[in-house]
Amino acid sequence: MTLLWIALLPLLGVLVPALTAQRGRTLCSLATGIVPAIALLLTLMQLPGLLDGEALRVSVPWLPELGLELAFRLDGLSLLFNLLILGIGLLILLYAHFYLDKDEPYGRFYAFLILFMASMVGISMSDNLILLWLFWELTSLSSFLLIGFWSYRGDARKGARMALTITGAGGLALLAGLLLLGDMAGSYRMDDVLASGAQIVADGRYPLMLALVLLGAFTKSAQFPFHFWLPHAMAAPTPVSAYLHSATMVKAGIFLMARLHPAIAGSELWSVVVPLVGSITLLYGAWFALFKTDLKAILAFSTISHLGLITVLLGIGSPMAVLAALFHIINHATFKAALFMSAGIIDHETGTRELKLLGGLRKTMPVTALLSTLAAAAMAGVPLFNGFLSKEMFFTETLATPVLGGLSWLIPVLAAIGGVLSVAYSVRLVHAVFYKPAKEASPKKPHEPPHLMRLPVEILVALCVVVGLFPAFFATNLLDLATQAVLGEPLDFHLAIWHGVNLPLVMSLVAFALGLMMYWRHADLRRFLQPFASVDARRVFERFMMTLGYRAEQTMAALDGNSLQRFMSWLLLAALCMGVLGLAQMDILSGSKSNQPSDGILVFGAAMLIFGGIATAATHRYRLISLLMLSIVGLFVALTFARFSAPDLALTQLSVEVVTMILLMLALFFLPQRTPRESSPLRNVRDMLLAGALGMVVASLNYAVMTRETLSISSFFMANSVPGGGGHNVVNVILVDFRGFDTLGEITVLALAGLAIFKLLNRLRLFMPHSDGEGRVWSPDRYPAILTSISMTLLPLALLVSAFIFLRGHNQPGGGFIAGLITAVALILLYMARGVEWAQARLDFPFQPVAVVGVAIATLTGLGSWLFGYPFLTSAFGYFSLPGIGKFELATALLFDLGVYLAVVGATLMILANLGKVTTAHRPVTDPKEPDTPAPTPAKEPR
Amino acid sequence: METLYAITTGVLTACGLYLTLRGRTFPVVVGLTLTSYAVNLFLFSMGGLTTDGAAIVHGDGNYADPLPQALVLTAIVIGFAMTAFVVILAMRARSEAGNDHVDGKKEDRE
Repeated sequence: MTLLWIALLPLLGVLVPALTAQRGRTLCSLATGIVPAIALLLTLMQLPGLLDGEALRVSVPWLPELGLELAFRLDGLSLLFNLLILGIGLLILLYAHFYLDKDEPYGRFYAFLILFMASMVGISMSDNLILLWLFWELTSLSSFLLIGFWSYRGDARKGARMALTITGAGGLALLAGLLLLGDMAGSYRMDDVLASGAQIVADGRYPLMLALVLLGAFTKSAQFPFHFWLPHAMAAPTPVSAYLHSATMVKAGIFLMARLHPAIAGSELWSVVVPLVGSITLLYGAWFALFKTDLKAILAFSTISHLGLITVLLGIGSPMAVLAALFHIINHATFKAALFMSAGIIDHETGTRELKLLGGLRKTMPVTALLSTLAAAAMAGVPLFNGFLSKEMFFTETLATPVLGGLSWLIPVLAAIGGVLSVAYSVRLVHAVFYKPAKEASPKKPHEPPHLMRLPVEILVALCVVVGLFPAFFATNLLDLATQAVLGEPLDFHLAIWHGVNLPLVMSLVAFALGLMMYWRHADLRRFLQPFASVDARRVFERFMMTLGYRAEQTMAALDGNSLQRFMSWLLLAALCMGVLGLAQMDILSGSKSNQPSDGILVFGAAMLIFGGIATAATHRYRLISLLMLSIVGLFVALTFARFSAPDLALTQLSVEVVTMILLMLALFFLPQRTPRESSPLRNVRDMLLAGALGMVVASLNYAVMTRETLSISSFFMANSVPGGGGHNVVNVILVDFRGFDTLGEITVLALAGLAIFKLLNRLRLFMPHSDGEGRVWSPDRYPAILTSISMTLLPLALLVSAFIFLRGHNQPGGGFIAGLITAVALILLYMARGVEWAQARLDFPFQPVAVVGVAIATLTGLGSWLFGYPFLTSAFGYFSLPGIGKFELATALLFDLGVYLAVVGATLMILANLGKVTTAHRPVTDPKEPDTPAPTPAKEPR
Repeated sequence: METLYAITTGVLTACGLYLTLRGRTFPVVVGLTLTSYAVNLFLFSMGGLTTDGAAIVHGDGNYADPLPQALVLTAIVIGFAMTAFVVILAMRARSEAGNDHVDGKKEDRE
């Protein structure tokens, strides 16, 4: 359980800075620090259990059908990463407290930082492949937010976007790779995956899977050729660079390779690709670090180079190489974070981090100079520092590796060149900033930073030194646990400073000599490089993205030309192709069931439907006539339902037909009465052919289905309707009970549609015609007397009928939907007969709450069953008897149906009454002076 | 009977889809409504066509399949909501764009 807290506490911690940001900066920083501190403490408390060498696990099912569970583990590797993430995270928080300016939104910054921390802890502790990926994506997102924190700066925005594009694309590849991996291993659980390494490597899909997973890891860890986002991510505030881009996020790819090592590393392919990519990255990064003049850019390229080094080690993959890789992860995190923070201090105190403007800072910032020199010494691999130890191990392993067969001497040579470069840029970094006399004055007068701001650097440098001096004491236990977690078995090793004079030591010495010389002749090198034009990665990237966007736009324009009509044609054509393909695969269209005989009434009904449909289409340019034809279809559809034993449907269709027609008539009032002739004859014919072909496909499918025996699940509903749902009307019981959740969704949609329409009508400016399509002015008789009196008489009757239909719904045709529609129609009739002002005065309440209350009642009824320990929307019913009335039934389904009823009434009236309100108040009825120009009248804001 | 029913569904679909391919909003709305009638009829027929079936369960008897009916019932109501939304959207579009073309940019030639 504690594990769950370690993993999830930081996620909760995101809220802390958001909540305390108003209370002052110091308090906010302190409060933010509490959560990582607790998580760190909890992690350390797990140590005794870990020392047995067994991973601790916790697992909560999440989506078991998808193989997803909230599963976390804590083994040596997670421990190492948790210490890095949380420990360095705390130091970064302290540093950021001083780094950010007073007026910057520090609360937001901390929240992003903690979000990132939480997602890194999640990656490190995930015991499930999909969960790991989830946190992986979260790091991409939170790093995007952090890099783009100074969003007013163009380079920050571009850098953030580039990082997100590259790592996000890699993340998608990784998802595909992990899904494949899980499929190959037969499970997404980490233990199962790690245990089936041999099976995975033997699988035919292994190369594809490896490529995808490595794509994810390489993009995240800035390996060549995906390295270019990292230097541009330096637009982030320095705490972010120190934290994400040296200590943690860029190590996520490395972590992944280490975590999955037992599962995917045991192949020829791995041991060629990974070391090769790593070596190229190692050299590339180191070379460019030597020539950059921005402090952070130098550090960024050197980070790329060191990540390459770790990748080489993981690629070699021998137990000692893994050990060296893990050791270097710790060492690099300590000295590089220290260097980044020093760079930030220099930037902060001098106002620049341009090497050309800096120099001689040893005099004004002696402590920072000392700290930076020590950290750079660790980076260069000077003996007695931690960097020396892991670099020696690296040289040893490159010498021992059999990778590349006859060319295996290549790797140590490349490694040595990398070593030379690393010495050169480390010396340059320190010498140019602190020891070389300054050429110009820096923008600000430099001085030492506040002591607490320097404290994190001091701690990290102290770690570099003590680990370098006493490696056996400080690092052995942690590394022992971590290697055991990666390799699956304990490794016998001994960390020591002195191994005697051997080849790796010679390599180191040569590296020092050549490196110093390189820095000494730096000016000559630069002159030599001058003629070569440098490629700006960002420009290439931006151009690529622009071209991609442009091409996509062009393709879309060629396909649909931003025209809905063409878009629809493509959609229908696609549907047609699928339908035809499906039909073509059938042996014979008609099935085993024989046709039932037709009679005259049926033929008449079908003829009317066909006539109505064709007439609607044929007269579509005369919109009112077309609408009338449409109503014929609606009416006969209702009759069809009645004919084929569906009284509920017939009632619903009939009442919906009424409201639809009122609605369309109202809408037509505001729209042109005629459609101009626009389509060319060719287009008309083409549309007719397309629609006709689809009609034939639909008819064939319909016929094929109807003449086949179908397996229906309805017998269950029939059998359980009375005993389980307490109702004899199966359709209604299905709606309010068996499939109540569907109905709940549908009334929600209905209410939402009503609300959306309400908003759409808001401040709508409409053209109100004075006359109909034929030029006849509207009748001055607004409220015909007959209609008025009839509607008044009808109202109580209609309400009574709707109450009757509602109450009997469970056992007889009827129910909430139909009753709601009838009520709505009766009220709308009132609106039409007496006018909005009159109705408004009597129905003085907004309809939105009615619909919302309806949905709420239905939802609460469903929730109510939880109180009694039943699943959502379980219904209960019972039979009661009262003197005078007799036996009757009460069911919670009735309450649910009441919700349906209210939602339907509310939504329908919201739609129609609001639309009606727009018309009636300002409708010009008297013959105006200029009858041909419609007067634009701003509509009254609907309630 | 099945043949007749299928032909009717097909014709209504064809007419509805033809209208949805028009360039002005109102015919498209009418076309969508017509298409939804056809779709409802199609869905309804999934349970087979039952003549003189009982609507209420009372012992054994000739019942129409209730499941497609329940599905179609909600489909009708949702169809109404959708029609309403689209038609109001069309009104809004005309008020904002000044014409009732589906792409909202063509010259209003009326």
